[in-house]
Amino acid sequence: MTMIFGVPMAVFMGQLTLGLVNGAFYALLSLGLAVIFGLLKIVNFAHGAQYMLGAFAALLGFRYLGINYWLALILVPLVVGAFGVLLERFLLRRIAHLDHLYGLLLTFGLALIFEGTLVNFFGVSGARYATPEILQGGLNLGFMFLPTYRAWVLVAALAMCLFTWFMIERTRLGAYLRAGTENSQLMQAFGVNVPLLITLTYGFGVGLAAFAGVLAAPLYPVSPTMGSSLLIVVFAVVVIGGMGSILGAIITGLSMGIIEGLTKVYYPEASNTVIFLVMILVLMLRPVGLFGKEA
Amino acid sequence: MTFMKKTLAASIAVAAASSLAVSTAQADMSDGEVRIGYLADMSGTYRDLAGPGGLTAMEMAVADFGGSVNGASIVISSADDRNSADVGANTVRGWIDQDNVDMVGGLVASSVSIAVTKVLEENNGLGIVSGSAASSITNEHCTPNHIHWVYDTYPLANGTAKAVVEQGGDSWFMLTADYAFGHALEADVTKVVEESGGEIVGGVRHPFPTNDFSSYILQAQGSGAKIIGLANAGADTVNAITTASQFGLTQSGQQLAGLLIFLNDVHALGLEATQNLLLTTGWYWDMDEQSREWAQRYFDEVGRMPTMVQAGIYSSTMHYLKAVEAAGTDDPETVRAQMAEMPIEDFFARNGSIREDGRMIHDMYLAQVKTPDESTGEWDLYEILSTIPAEEAYRPLSESQCKLVQN
Repeated sequence: MTMIFGVPMAVFMGQLTLGLVNGAFYALLSLGLAVIFGLLKIVNFAHGAQYMLGAFAALLGFRYLGINYWLALILVPLVVGAFGVLLERFLLRRIAHLDHLYGLLLTFGLALIFEGTLVNFFGVSGARYATPEILQGGLNLGFMFLPTYRAWVLVAALAMCLFTWFMIERTRLGAYLRAGTENSQLMQAFGVNVPLLITLTYGFGVGLAAFAGVLAAPLYPVSPTMGSSLLIVVFAVVVIGGMGSILGAIITGLSMGIIEGLTKVYYPEASNTVIFLVMILVLMLRPVGLFGKEA
Repeated sequence: MTFMKKTLAASIAVAAASSLAVSTAQADMSDGEVRIGYLADMSGTYRDLAGPGGLTAMEMAVADFGGSVNGASIVISSADDRNSADVGANTVRGWIDQDNVDMVGGLVASSVSIAVTKVLEENNGLGIVSGSAASSITNEHCTPNHIHWVYDTYPLANGTAKAVVEQGGDSWFMLTADYAFGHALEADVTKVVEESGGEIVGGVRHPFPTNDFSSYILQAQGSGAKIIGLANAGADTVNAITTASQFGLTQSGQQLAGLLIFLNDVHALGLEATQNLLLTTGWYWDMDEQSREWAQRYFDEVGRMPTMVQAGIYSSTMHYLKAVEAAGTDDPETVRAQMAEMPIEDFFARNGSIREDGRMIHDMYLAQVKTPDESTGEWDLYEILSTIPAEEAYRPLSESQCKLVQN
């Protein structure tokens, strides 16, 4: 059997594929954070909790309202996104003129409240969300058995990433958004409703987190604490990619998934820390991140 | 914390009011009350296996006992240790120094228990550990001031691993949580597997906690081992089992052996993913009439069936109160000696007794998770296959490194 760095080719390819799947999650989540930070300058510490809310909304929607997976994939981001709109409108806007630190504290506090409330009702063991029938089973790739659902996650997450990138970088609406954050007074002078744009952007970022949450629901136990462990990694990904860089978040998310996946084969003990090592290296060599613009 | 303060404030007021009327029986109870502190993870990973449910179990025991011992009322305070050894140790120090707490119960994460029992030893307190797994709690970390109730890693390895090898599962791949508890369990399992004629063909030590197990499951699949041993706990175990089922591990002829699985884990995972899993447990709610009766009362209060830890908290609190009553004092040393003298035979513990190292030994059970077809209800999850007698289940005293044991 062909060996790559002392590991059979098949195992190596398998880990690469799984790394890519996890990377797609990182990309999707860090993308939402990057959009929010890039346009609103809010460090959204509630992102993990909003991802968790997405998974919970899918679970409860199915349990009590019979909403199936495909409908949830569309409805849940809208509902949770609308909730984000309310948060922005009634809480975040009040502190928009203050230092970033206040936004960080507020969103962190909100995350704790969401998690604590759900822990109170549902405990921490988590619940199962069934994989939709059409995505059950697996694909034999020759070098590995890949569950169909994971392949779907990869496709769906990448499609959503590309869609977001296109919306912000290649459309008129995206151009307004970018201009609004550069110089909001000038944009308002042109008759653009900048506060509305900002509210909708936050709602969109939150919707992205909820979308990732619905994608994750059949993969991991749906539990109130599922977001908090992921959030730190995702923040590291955003820092590596460059705070606020859309493309940076996507590419870094995918590559960090792969690096983490390979670490799990060569030195599993370090797999939880390897991303932070990369982060330290990047911060030392290029403090604005790989794709960040020099101030 | 406010709840705790309120309870204590109220209890102090009551104590002050009643101190005028102290009877002779109460004279031997420190400040006329028996005070119990309940310390556990109330909000994190281990919440569902003990947590608020364990507190309810403790309150049920106090209520069933009548709310007072020899005329001295029983007061419970509780606190969340947040799985931090520091938080746990400081809370207990405060309980002993300021609130005269007589016994500390609950105690879940092994690291917290080891730290707390040190504090208890320094201050001559008394602790009953119900939730922790590490067998070192009554081995190298034993103290004359605590007792370990429900289970530990020794019977887990001894029960499950031995049974699996006997059924033909003689080649193992270990999936181990990379910290003290995982290493201890892995060592115990390795010993049992090799002694029973099996072989460990490989393993991975994964960080604690790990969110995504797909990579490790792929490695386990590639190892060709018949059995994948899970030397981890809580959310890690749940994640590993879920992922294994997604990757068709069992369909490809491999089998999982969960070494530390609680009822709440199986309930969360569902029978589809856990069916036929072998496990060792200290108690199961549906194992006989006595157990069912208590479990039903608990269920009416909490809305979930109790885990072995929650049942053990009731059993240990009850035994403690009986010992206080028999000894006529809440002095820790006297009560501990009294507890060790009395055999334990209740809905939870069969053939139970407390050894000199502080280990409460009792019959353990080898169980198998039912298939969805076999199960008749939401909580109908295990079938008990066999009983492991108390004497065989736990580490023999002849192998003990505990300072209280003469070897």
